[in-house]
Amino acid sequence: MNRFRAFVKKEFYHIFRDKRTMLILFGMPIMQILLFGFVITTEIKNIKIAIWDKSKDEVTQRITNKILGSSFFKLVKTIENEAEIEQAFKKGEIKEVLIFESNFSKKFNSNKSADIQIITDASDPNVANLIVNYTTAILYSFTAFENANIKMPMQIITESTMLYNAELKSVFMFVPGTMAMILMLVSAMITSIAITREKELGTMEILLVSPLKVSQIIIGKVAPYVLLSLINVLTIIFLAVTVFEMPIVGSFMLLFAVSTLFIFMALSLGILISTVTSDQQTAMMISLIALMLPTILLSGFIFPIENMPEILQWITKIIPPKYFISAIKDIMLKGSDFQHIWKDVTVLAGMTVFLLLVSIKKFKIRLE
Amino acid sequence: MLNNRDIVINVKNLTKKFGDFIANDNLNFEVYKGEIFGFLGANGAGKTTAMKIICGLSLPTSGELTVAGYNIYKQQDKIKANIGYMSQKFSLYEDLTVFENIRFYAGIYGLSLKIILRRADDLIKKLGMENMRNTLVRSLPLGWRQKLAFSIAIIHKPQIVFLDEPTGGVDPITRRQFWDLIYDAANEGITVFVTTHYMDEAEYCDRVSIMVEGRIEALGSPQELKSQFDVQDMNSVFIKLARG
Repeated sequence: MNRFRAFVKKEFYHIFRDKRTMLILFGMPIMQILLFGFVITTEIKNIKIAIWDKSKDEVTQRITNKILGSSFFKLVKTIENEAEIEQAFKKGEIKEVLIFESNFSKKFNSNKSADIQIITDASDPNVANLIVNYTTAILYSFTAFENANIKMPMQIITESTMLYNAELKSVFMFVPGTMAMILMLVSAMITSIAITREKELGTMEILLVSPLKVSQIIIGKVAPYVLLSLINVLTIIFLAVTVFEMPIVGSFMLLFAVSTLFIFMALSLGILISTVTSDQQTAMMISLIALMLPTILLSGFIFPIENMPEILQWITKIIPPKYFISAIKDIMLKGSDFQHIWKDVTVLAGMTVFLLLVSIKKFKIRLE
Repeated sequence: MLNNRDIVINVKNLTKKFGDFIANDNLNFEVYKGEIFGFLGANGAGKTTAMKIICGLSLPTSGELTVAGYNIYKQQDKIKANIGYMSQKFSLYEDLTVFENIRFYAGIYGLSLKIILRRADDLIKKLGMENMRNTLVRSLPLGWRQKLAFSIAIIHKPQIVFLDEPTGGVDPITRRQFWDLIYDAANEGITVFVTTHYMDEAEYCDRVSIMVEGRIEALGSPQELKSQFDVQDMNSVFIKLARG
């Protein structure tokens, strides 16, 4: 036991004395959660628009007020002729132009129909789509309000409720994903680097010649990272709750337990990587390409799995973070308990056991 | 004379194959307690492979070995507690101080804190490193690191210490000082098993074995080998053997 303690203590010296490791361990989680929370967002706010009002009457003014009254749009320019439109788009001043046709109120009141043209900058198609949707929704609600006292002969009234994330906050999606990414980074990448470093230095040979058992070496090597990863989990949850007001509807203990399971899975991956490489550079490259990319692209973190081609959907089934993200999202947002997420947890546990067995076996083979 | 002494390493018919390649071909030798045994050979002759097997870093394909009186197949743990090892990389942690390195390595050999502190003090005093006690190993010159690495390799007072090309890359004066440390260890009864390709160092050994292409082609004291091959120095012995 004393031996083991000496070993873990040494490992902490390595961690605390290496600025880069410290930065990745503690700076990265905070930075990433803030970045993903604030920067990558699928909501729109304060979209800059221009209006070309050829009619300038009472109705167009009311519509303009209604549009600008929402927090989504901000008028930065009024336009008077065709040429200005192109110019404004090219300068990047605006994302959308609304053009009211001439004699708008007359047509609206007598013909019961008037045209508004919407032109958007579709160089970012997702944003353009959102802008058009928001604009038409506002226009629709305007006409609905004007028609309030007219009964339509037949109509279908839809009423939608957005369950579990009523405000459609995208940060709620990113918190579980970021957590998966950070844990992969800390547990798998840093561990694989820490182990290969001993190989590079030649200290691994000394450890293997010493009375320490292989299992003691492995556990001693990863134990500090388990602890640090758990601290990271708490940091991320804390930031999510305090900064982004993310709810944790379900059991905190369950959330913590699933995270711990995922940490063990990532550590086994890290050990596995360290058995197939002998230098830190390679370990880092493998971790980045084989672990981080799939975590970002294929786990459902940013891109919905449902929209992927079928073959990629199959591949996502072997990506561990997919199960982790799905499970913790359910716990945090839906308040699911173990009965609901047992499938995800079982798959994760199975993967962990499998990876752990393979990596320990590989570790031993290298000694013979 | 040597036959009266205790055998600490006994190698019988040791063979190691990697696929079709025979790295060690039927090695047979004994190493006696307290002697400095030089394990020589050109690069690729198989000496590192053999040494790794004797240290327990790797298993032989066939053969019988006892190290420090223990069987390498059945009593690995006992062997590990009784040997020390220093590789050509000197294998200290650069981001730990001199004292922390000593404490760590003594710790993994299970020494008690009291003993660790006493031996650390002795060791630091013996090497004259009092003012470097809390210096990071990173900033030590190579020669100091090498002496420190050796002293740490024997901090648990093993029966045998294995040195894998311990003097690579250090200057002649430091090498000479290093050999003084080796003599001290041998005088304390620690058997020294050393690989080297510096032939002048071979002269410092009590006995040497010379490996060529996986086989031991010569074994004896430097004096015996020189007269056997009828040459003036070990370098010539080596060249004669290597040329076949």
